[in-house]
Amino acid sequence: MSESPSSSQQQPAVGADRPPALLVNNIEVIYDHVILVLKGVSLEVPEGGIVALLGANGAGKTTTLKAISNLLGAERGDVTKGSIEFSGERVDRMTPNDLVRRGVIQVMEGRHCFEHLTIEENLLTGSYTRSDGRAAILNDLDMVYGYFPQLKERRNAQAGYTSGGEQQMCVIGRALMSRPKMILLDEPSMGLAPQLVEGIFETVKRLNEEEGVSFLLAEQNTDMALKYAKYGYILENGRVVLDGAAAALRQNEDVKEFYLGISASGRKSYRDTKHYKRRKRWLA
Amino acid sequence: MEILNAFFVAPFVDMGSDYIFFAEVVIAGVLTGVMYSLVALGFVLIFKASGVFNFSQGVMVLFAALTLVGLMEHGAPVWLALIGTVLVMIALAFAVEWVMLRRLVNQEEIVLFMSTIGLSFVLQGLGEMVWGSNVKALDIGIPSEPFEVGGILLNEFDLFAAASGAVLVGVLAVFFHYTRIGRALRAVADDHQAALSVGIPLRTIWIIVWSVAGMVGLVAGIMWGAKSGVQFSLSLIALKALPVLILGGFTSVPGAIVGGLIIGVGEKIAEIYWGPLFGGAIENWFAYVLALVFLLFRPQGLFGEKIIERV
Ligand SMILES: Nc1ncnc2c1ncn2[C@@H]1O[C@H](COP(=O)(O)OP(=O)(O)OP(=O)(O)O)[C@@H](O)[C@H]1O
Ligand SMILES: [Mg+2]
Repeated sequence: MSESPSSSQQQPAVGADRPPALLVNNIEVIYDHVILVLKGVSLEVPEGGIVALLGANGAGKTTTLKAISNLLGAERGDVTKGSIEFSGERVDRMTPNDLVRRGVIQVMEGRHCFEHLTIEENLLTGSYTRSDGRAAILNDLDMVYGYFPQLKERRNAQAGYTSGGEQQMCVIGRALMSRPKMILLDEPSMGLAPQLVEGIFETVKRLNEEEGVSFLLAEQNTDMALKYAKYGYILENGRVVLDGAAAALRQNEDVKEFYLGISASGRKSYRDTKHYKRRKRWLA
Repeated sequence: MEILNAFFVAPFVDMGSDYIFFAEVVIAGVLTGVMYSLVALGFVLIFKASGVFNFSQGVMVLFAALTLVGLMEHGAPVWLALIGTVLVMIALAFAVEWVMLRRLVNQEEIVLFMSTIGLSFVLQGLGEMVWGSNVKALDIGIPSEPFEVGGILLNEFDLFAAASGAVLVGVLAVFFHYTRIGRALRAVADDHQAALSVGIPLRTIWIIVWSVAGMVGLVAGIMWGAKSGVQFSLSLIALKALPVLILGGFTSVPGAIVGGLIIGVGEKIAEIYWGPLFGGAIENWFAYVLALVFLLFRPQGLFGEKIIERV
């Protein structure tokens, strides 16, 4: 793997010249009418950007992505405050179908393939919302097979019987078949061997550069995500506690300690207390 | 000893000695079985796509047949009445989505189940209110001349009915496997969250599935109605679909079809060869016994979909 783009180009994710493609403004999400999970989350993803959304278990990453793609309804979740814009248009009351047509699609965590469909059928379901004809769809099928040659080999296999890595490729490929402008990618690294994870992230990078797809990437694998993302947000307890250019986040002492698992030896005890206090401040 | 002989030997001797009669019994069973299959198919489609156990499937068969007969009584030619009935069944699907599914989507399954019980009463009442509750003859102009093949007596209408059932199943199979909507239906049945995430609108899928179930019901209604008249008892055919579902599995299309045929043939054979031992009329409960015995050995049904383990 070559040097990641984030560490070489030190520019912030949001260019002043371009309006952000996705703008999440201070949203609040409540489950079951009583459980307040997101307490005012704001973030931006520029056109053509890769932005990481980081945080520990239960921080609210998945909830944020589902709020954007409007998949919360099925889980009795509701966006009760704030607004979401995509390409300058309010999208917070739109159905997932509307959003996919506008180019925003989510890849859910946990590799939700259609188990009884073949890999190729899975990919084709991704083109459900398109109306640009069979030729264009088959063309994109080839494009997906180009990025994931392994899927081509397994095209007639029932998806439920393919490996975890193949299933992750399958769900990303399926999303690609909708011709997305932005993919909300939820924990692609979950349960995969490190080598596979790197392969997936490399493909994300290529898709970003070659197909112009933007990514909002929810990850617990902070190290990997910050290598590929240009900008990152750190969520804790339903709030953004820190954000910045990926390179800057990687240098941040708190991120190093709490998310990258690197702590400077020597003055450890002193740092521990200091950071603990800082962490407390985030949580407040 | 005599009892053992009567139960386990004599019936088979009878079958073998008059095999032409036996063949006729089997054929009659297959034809009834086709109808059971179609009703069960309607159940399976709705259950797979929306997780709703549709209690009203039997009444939908009655309602479709009533509508068809009603339109024909008002002077519509057969083809027009058929189109009209199909449109009514589609309208019904829209209404069900609008009044029930949309509003109850996040409720417990039992709530949806009960709402389909309500629906069955509404449909039955509506059908009889609009078209009357007297027994109606249904004649769609298919001849029912008997003829003989190798000594076995067959009937044109029966052949036609079995063929239409087979064609319908074939068309549905092609539809599910090779069309965009068919794929979407299977996707929803597999994982409705994921289906939603790729932009498949669940409501549209529900409407399509209920429409297809309505049309399958119509075909079953025509077959049954042409034989024994269109009347309330038509809806009781659904009671036979339940053992078919147990046998075939609630989520399996091939299971519904094969299960229907097994029950249809099985109960006819049981009635003819073992019925006298019980004083007759075992046709009504034999299917349940068969299904229960089966349940003990294969609770997921004949073709019940294997739950794929994620590694
Ligand atoms: N359907 C739901 N109903 C009620 N609470 C929920 C629901 N889904 C999630 N939550 C709660 O919301 C909080 C945030 O969950 P979320 O899934 O967004 O976290 P996450 O950052 O994606 O975590 P992970 O890394 O484990 O996937 C958790 O406390 C969780 O218990
Ligand atoms: Mg999550």
